[in-house]
Amino acid sequence: MSEIFGIPVAVILGQLTLGLVNGSFYALLSLGLAVIFGLMGVVNFAHGAFYTLGAFAALLGLQWFGINYWAALVLAPVAVGLIGLLVERLLLRHLYGLDPLYGLLFTFGLALIVEGSLHQVFGATGQSYPVPPALSGVVNLHFMFLPLYRAWVILASVLVCFSTWFVIERTRLGSTLRAATENAPLLQAFGVNVPLLKAATYGGGVALAALAGVLASPVVLVNSHMGNSLVIVVFAVVVIGGMGSILGAIVSGLALGVVEGFTKVIYPEASNIVVFVIMALVLILRPAGLFGRE
Amino acid sequence: MRATVIFYALLAGLALLVPWLGIYPVFMMKLLCFAMFACAYNLLLGFGRMLSFGHAAFFGSAAYATSWLVTAHAWGPGAAIFAGLAVAAVLGLVIGGLAIRRQGIYFAMITLALGQLVYFVCLEAPFTGGENGLQDVPRGKLFGMLSLSSDLVMYYLVLAVFVAVFLFIRRVVYSPFGQVLKAIRENEPRAISLGYDINRYKLLAFVLSATLAGVAGSLDALVLGFTTLSDVQQSNSGQVILMTLLGGTGTFFGPVVGAALVVTLQEYLSDIVGGWVTAIIGVIFVACVLSFRRGIVGELAALLRR
Repeated sequence: MSEIFGIPVAVILGQLTLGLVNGSFYALLSLGLAVIFGLMGVVNFAHGAFYTLGAFAALLGLQWFGINYWAALVLAPVAVGLIGLLVERLLLRHLYGLDPLYGLLFTFGLALIVEGSLHQVFGATGQSYPVPPALSGVVNLHFMFLPLYRAWVILASVLVCFSTWFVIERTRLGSTLRAATENAPLLQAFGVNVPLLKAATYGGGVALAALAGVLASPVVLVNSHMGNSLVIVVFAVVVIGGMGSILGAIVSGLALGVVEGFTKVIYPEASNIVVFVIMALVLILRPAGLFGRE
Repeated sequence: MRATVIFYALLAGLALLVPWLGIYPVFMMKLLCFAMFACAYNLLLGFGRMLSFGHAAFFGSAAYATSWLVTAHAWGPGAAIFAGLAVAAVLGLVIGGLAIRRQGIYFAMITLALGQLVYFVCLEAPFTGGENGLQDVPRGKLFGMLSLSSDLVMYYLVLAVFVAVFLFIRRVVYSPFGQVLKAIRENEPRAISLGYDINRYKLLAFVLSATLAGVAGSLDALVLGFTTLSDVQQSNSGQVILMTLLGGTGTFFGPVVGAALVVTLQEYLSDIVGGWVTAIIGVIFVACVLSFRRGIVGELAALLRR
């Protein structure tokens, strides 16, 4: 088979596909961040912790109650979403109207509580979640054998991302949400329960993070810090894409996953930092972010 | 005003007596290093209202630079500390220059991401010792004369540097520069309309804060005799935020109180509750943000003023 810069094309295409898998997680997480930030003005530092919580919910559901993967795909996000709802109602809502930095600090503390407790209870070593039988096996893409499960991850997250985009941009519920972003007091005057809307948005946003966690559990080791480093990369993705646009969050998430995969082929040492370097470049060239407006 | 002077005089006397009070000197030195770190951080957050989530990068890179020069190149501690703060200053110029292009929460996310970049560089660079870090860092002789190997001498050096840093920050805040910085904090558009080039003020504040954080990092490396990845890790940035917030942002003495509390808590709490320390720190964080945002010293000052 042919080569580019002395690297077989098959290897490059393979890493790009694997990069797309990572990109799917970036997209799902930055989407949730963008939705929460758009409506509530809160940067959810605990997003990674809720992702971890989703993975743990799936793992423990299987170990303790024998809940299978497909049920976990629904139940774990619902459970974590309810936790998010509770957190918003009991604690987070007291911070509205203050400097948004307090929301960031609050959710940072929340992340420490969740991750610290999980670490203490379940230890530092990761546990693996079995790939569901229906999705084991591989697809032959001719340049590589792609595990069926990874193909499913890409498909599922693209589907979820675009349905979220559709709900927000094209439906009645979405237009209410967007109205709340523009002018919450006016919307409330029209009789819409804005506080409920906000609570539901936070719950929904963290449910998306939990869904990403369940999707990730068979491809990564489930441990207490799996979300911690991920959320930092996702923050960089959000800075690159600009938080104002939902489509921007999805596209830059997927694209940066691919770029990361490509870096693994040409200069593996830099694969951990390439997203941050791109962020620095974007800040120099286009401070508002690629899809941002200021 | 007079009460403040008396308070500081008493505190200084106490600090001088510490080695004879039976307090473990390395613990006191660690506390002072983190108090310095928190004061440096407060210059940025408290007086410039810039929330950096990447300050461990400055603390840690200075610590690495000092440790590496002392162990691999047999530099004296004085020169190595200056080299450490120079590294932190340059890094502060680069990271600050990028971060001030955005405000508020974006600023926080950018510093977080760039701090993580520095962490990965430290993890993979050949001279940092990777996962092991740099061990057995000798304290050496200050300017070739004064041996720092005794904890007593080292303690007084750290104390002297801490006092210098503390007074320097006071001086900066009360200077015209500090007043402009506060004006920017209160109302950025107004400061711009008054003709101030706000980005230069912000950048200078950032570089000063990063440099002083570097001083703390370099001293900490010499005190403990090692530098590891935990110095550049994001959790270290979170810790300095907590210290500043808990003690009181925008007060001079708050960060010192916060640092004392957090370092003491970690030293003694971990014996009692074991691995729950991280979660407990999270709870303190949440409680602080929800119920006493002005911090301990800030709330006390508000009570006294009433």
